[in-house]
Amino acid sequence: MTAPAAGPVLEVRDLEVAFDTRHGRLRAIDGVSFAIHPGEILGVVGESGAGKSLTGAAVIGLLEPPGRIVGGEIRLAGRRIDDLPPAQMRALRGREIGAIFQDPLTSLNPLLRIGDQIVETIRTHLPMSDREARAKALELLVAVGIPAAETRIDHYPHQFSGGMRQRVVIALALCAGPKLIIADEPTTALDVSIQAQITGLLKRLCREHRTAVMLVTHDMGVIAETADRVAVMYAGRVVEIGPVDEVIHRPRHPYSVGLMASIPSVRHRAASLRQIDGSMPRLDSMPTGCAFHPRCPRCLPRCTSERPALEPAGIARAACFVAAEAPAHA
Amino acid sequence: MIVFLLKRLANAALVMVAVALLAFLIFRFLGDPVELMLNEQASQAQRDALRIRLGLDRGVVWQFLTFLGNAVQGDFGISYRNQQDVFQLIGERMPATLELVLVATVLSLVIGMPLGVYTAIRRNAPVAQALQFVSVVGVSLPSFAVGILLILAFSVTLGWLPGFGRGQVVQLGWWSTGFLTPSGRSALVLPSITLSLFQITLVMRLVRAEMLEVLRTDFIRFARARGLRDRTVHFRHALQNCLMPVITITGLQIGNLIAFALVTETVFQWPGMGFLFIQAVTHVDIPVMAAYLLVVSFIFVSLNTVVDLLYAVVDPRLRSDVVRGGAGGG
Repeated sequence: MTAPAAGPVLEVRDLEVAFDTRHGRLRAIDGVSFAIHPGEILGVVGESGAGKSLTGAAVIGLLEPPGRIVGGEIRLAGRRIDDLPPAQMRALRGREIGAIFQDPLTSLNPLLRIGDQIVETIRTHLPMSDREARAKALELLVAVGIPAAETRIDHYPHQFSGGMRQRVVIALALCAGPKLIIADEPTTALDVSIQAQITGLLKRLCREHRTAVMLVTHDMGVIAETADRVAVMYAGRVVEIGPVDEVIHRPRHPYSVGLMASIPSVRHRAASLRQIDGSMPRLDSMPTGCAFHPRCPRCLPRCTSERPALEPAGIARAACFVAAEAPAHA
Repeated sequence: MIVFLLKRLANAALVMVAVALLAFLIFRFLGDPVELMLNEQASQAQRDALRIRLGLDRGVVWQFLTFLGNAVQGDFGISYRNQQDVFQLIGERMPATLELVLVATVLSLVIGMPLGVYTAIRRNAPVAQALQFVSVVGVSLPSFAVGILLILAFSVTLGWLPGFGRGQVVQLGWWSTGFLTPSGRSALVLPSITLSLFQITLVMRLVRAEMLEVLRTDFIRFARARGLRDRTVHFRHALQNCLMPVITITGLQIGNLIAFALVTETVFQWPGMGFLFIQAVTHVDIPVMAAYLLVVSFIFVSLNTVVDLLYAVVDPRLRSDVVRGGAGGG
């Protein structure tokens, strides 16, 4: 399922993102590699500060200075895009790569009608007249499930609920028919009851258009429902990547094990949720060796000095010396 | 909308009554006008006659109500100094002040807004930093100093522009305008620059601060993620969202400009209301002072009300006729 005939839509290889500060260079993303194929949804999980959103921002070329890419490469459908000049990268955004952000309440310009925002995006990227673009905008609103789209197209963002606004944001992300969508915590700001609708919609639309999705979230529930594969990030590195069932049910890396164990389950009532002790290291005080070793329950002597590479572990890949020897279980 | 309008108007009326009370109190506390108006040899009969003519022999409440009633009808009494109708006196001077303030306001917006946008977008460029520095000078330089320096440079030394008076004016009904004659227009140049210098820097710094704020918002980031051109992002999305505070400040500053025009008018011997007020102060001409206070407050209050109404034009969220739709979740 991970190797269709065509090449990957997105290929990230050894990506490094750093912030140059007065106290030296802080490496926030350190050698991240992954690929996403057409129609595939890759979930990226990890706790806050693991570098998930930063990876997404690097792919769409919207890193906030002083953050910048200092190593590795990003390829979109085989074409290298991390070194494109700003104007070409701008033309790519929205056209080839769509984006969905966390908070639908603040993603839309409050002063413009939603129809105008969609039309302006379409006309930026596609050679269409105002009327054609408006017809397409209406089509999109219907496709994302906005009821009474013919009248709603002329409404302002504040006249929509959070879930409806996220549908509009999805319509905006899809309007020029991109190959890839970066969805950064698309459901985090929504009510739980709405979350499933939005992830369901995203999944359906991407299947239909064979759009690849990089789904950044810290919600394992969303990953389990939506993603095909999942990458677990910790301290700026991918520590485990593999098919979603495999990583959820048979996590190899001790961090993934801890992450899965901390998911509350409705079926099995636990007296208390398990948690991973300690917190993620700060960028300016990265431990030597494996970044997770100070918190790791199964730390070996070599973990404190050597950094494990991402090696096959079962049908997934994990960056852990322990996992390479004996599989761990939640 | 109607309720909102009525509320604003009621507020405005209340403020005006309070100001009228203050204006009225000036009469009570600035000594006996009869003593000021007549010379020491005047007989008691002459004093009493004047006292009755000015209505000063009645009770305080009666005097206030009469004052209020007359003021509403535009009757502010007669000037102590030259026995002229005060309303007519102010009416003759008002066009000069308002034309000066109008030109100064237009200048401050036309020059201040683009500079603000520029310094926000290119905030690290040397030109932008120089402008920031110069604007500090603009804010802190008192307007009489600017006026005198301009007169020295352009009237005395270079002889390009007139340094005092209003030039030739054309009478349009009761309004006298300097816009229609070359000498009237050239006479406007130096005073309006003097008056607007502070405003230009104020608008520039305000727009810059607001732009920096707005450029950090999610919807601007999302607009970039949609691949919109920089020009669209900056002017259509960012600047429009900065306009609320600019409208507020400009509206309120028009009131300030009318008040500050006093200094500029004195420097340039500009025959406006401020100049009239200064003359009134020197001669303790209380009706003129009270009327000036009322007229300026009236302009202030009207502007405030207009500003509130303009908000609704710029921001659809404040328009109550736009029905709040989108009930129910997404």
